[in-house]
Amino acid sequence: MAKRSVPLLKQLLSSSAAVSSSCSSRFTSHRSVTYMPRPGDGSPRAVTLIPGDGIGPLVTGAVEQVMEAMHAPVYFERYDVHGDMPKVPQEVIDSIKKNKVCLKGGLATPMGGGVSSLNVQLRKQLDLYASLVNCFNLPGLPTRHENVDIVVIRENTEGEYAGLEHEVVPGVVESLKVITKFCSERIAKYAFEYAYLNNRRKVTAVHKANIMKLADGLFLESCREVATKYPGIKYNEIIVDNCCMQLVSKPEQFDVMVTPNLYGNLVANTAAGIAGGTGVMPGGNVGADHAVFEQGASAGNVGNEKVTEQKKANPVALLLSSAMMLRHLQFPSFADRLETAVKHVIFEGKHRTKDLGGNSTTQEVVDAVIATLD
Amino acid sequence: MAFKQILSRALRSRPDQILSSPSAFSAARAFSSAPITATLFPGDGIGPEIAESVKQIFREAEVPIEWEEHYVGTEIDPRTQSFLTWESLESVRRNRVGLKGPMATPIGKGHRSLNLTLRKELNLYANVRPCYSLPGYKTRYDDVNLVTIRENTEGEYSGLEHQVVRGVVESLKIITRQASLRVAEYAFHYAKAHGRERVSAIHKANIMQKTDGLFLKCCREVAEKYPEIKYEEVVIDNCCMMLVKNPALFDVLVMPNLYGDIISDLCAGLIGGLGLTPSCNIGEGGIALAEAVHGSAPDIAGKNLANPTALLLSGVSMLRHLELHDKADRIQKAVLETIAEGKYRTADLGGSSTTSDFTRAICDHL
Repeated sequence: MAKRSVPLLKQLLSSSAAVSSSCSSRFTSHRSVTYMPRPGDGSPRAVTLIPGDGIGPLVTGAVEQVMEAMHAPVYFERYDVHGDMPKVPQEVIDSIKKNKVCLKGGLATPMGGGVSSLNVQLRKQLDLYASLVNCFNLPGLPTRHENVDIVVIRENTEGEYAGLEHEVVPGVVESLKVITKFCSERIAKYAFEYAYLNNRRKVTAVHKANIMKLADGLFLESCREVATKYPGIKYNEIIVDNCCMQLVSKPEQFDVMVTPNLYGNLVANTAAGIAGGTGVMPGGNVGADHAVFEQGASAGNVGNEKVTEQKKANPVALLLSSAMMLRHLQFPSFADRLETAVKHVIFEGKHRTKDLGGNSTTQEVVDAVIATLD
Repeated sequence: MAFKQILSRALRSRPDQILSSPSAFSAARAFSSAPITATLFPGDGIGPEIAESVKQIFREAEVPIEWEEHYVGTEIDPRTQSFLTWESLESVRRNRVGLKGPMATPIGKGHRSLNLTLRKELNLYANVRPCYSLPGYKTRYDDVNLVTIRENTEGEYSGLEHQVVRGVVESLKIITRQASLRVAEYAFHYAKAHGRERVSAIHKANIMQKTDGLFLKCCREVAEKYPEIKYEEVVIDNCCMMLVKNPALFDVLVMPNLYGDIISDLCAGLIGGLGLTPSCNIGEGGIALAEAVHGSAPDIAGKNLANPTALLLSGVSMLRHLELHDKADRIQKAVLETIAEGKYRTADLGGSSTTSDFTRAICDHL
């Protein structure tokens, strides 16, 4: 009896293994078109790494571990920058200019004090004029909204973040919002180019031109001009308050959104919130010469003390951003492997940090991702 | 002749600005049983039908209000530079309360927009939107119960823009201590008067340090005067994310103009849209102008299909401002019960009743 049951058991075990492998094969990457590199493309690339404040060191550490496990051809040059420094150290800027690519954690801006945000400074100095956040439903992660796949492209250098404030008389303060045709045109061009290169069907411009007729009117004019050059991509406009209302009720109508600086911040965080939270959405900032990858939406990218102490920060956003970085560096196969592994871990649901409803620590999630890498 | 001129000028002069102390907010008239006159702007499109519905329900509930109706004119009144006549504005100033339906802004130049006229002439400085989930009307969010209070006069909407050189435009955002203190005072007073526990100030002071910094300073000053109410400050991107993930985290939100616009519409979206959201504008001297913030929907005008809920709930908030709490509670309960029951719902809520059926159902529930 026992002799006959052993092969039976073996068959049962192998068939269950086949089932589980077919389950995971849903997530294994299959490239249908081979990427043909040039000779020498595989030599390791240097990437500047800025751990940042709060949960930053934790999540960038996670990325470093995963990159090592994958033997990805990148090596990190680490620089310590903290949010309360008066400005970004010159050596960091030089390093990014040399490497062209940077990965960073969040930098905490002291509230109300005289220090201007280092995140904004970095973007302005390197002229990273487009900020991109990709908000999409991750399979296996329950959210209130389905069918969300929105890319928010936000102008990163001017608008309300020009930093030009002054006190007119005691008790009256003015802040200048600057919109130029040059910047509006180039962000519109980037948005349409992105849509064209990534097979996106629609670009929506978000504005408040019924009130700020000249400023947002200039932005819209630029978008409309660029739209005529891409007849295959649908273009429409929506007022920012209506946009937020539509995002919470019917997010499936949005595809690519192009916005000025402040609205982009709000829309990106709202879209990230409805699609699963800012802990999982990837994003980055790109300019003509450099690219800096970081957690997509800005809310919570420094975390709070409790999360830092307990080491329960969510590394998924930065891991997916680093996958975007690998693609940017033209290592698509590594990017695919990383993304597939992360998505598989989320789908399984066994290792999720607190913001996704679970109780794992950062390290546990990282170990799970490394284990799932094929 | 000169006497007549002086008399007419005196009659047309604006009433004195009463100090905006909290006592001025409540109208002492509530204690009298004499009917209160209130201005009603039915508006355009579906406005007249839903205004009729509101009048009917208020009559059934025996609310002691007499309506003075005013309509938007067809030509520009030079005294107000818009289609609203001087008489309408004087009526609101006299009566201190009003209810406004949706008004379609005529397209064209040379006149101010209607909302802007009302705001500037009546000095409406705070826009209050209570957002609560309607039981029985299911949206993706079931536990919304918050109030957004938005500064309505300055901030990014000052309208001060100019072209510096070709292709470069500047727009000014103005924050003053006076306006920020005013709206913060109202927010804390509202929280205390309605039993709310927490007031959150929404800002972006990490980037706009002086402007939003001033706003926060004013809020902190007022918070010290109300030690029983918890006060916190939330950066706006955090706020947006928390609102869409867990709206129960917020209670009363106070914010400058632009953020207020966006956040209050976001909250309206959480509970089901502008067709269900009440709104009330508070002006200097205790003026309250409740309004329905949805559009005039010209495509269903006159067909008895419109949903009067927004105007009704705005009327309820107007009653609360007048301290007629028992009548306000009765009508609000009737409206919520009718929607919760689900038998009579207008088309935008997924039903097929007409406005008159819906109104009658609410009257039955009173």
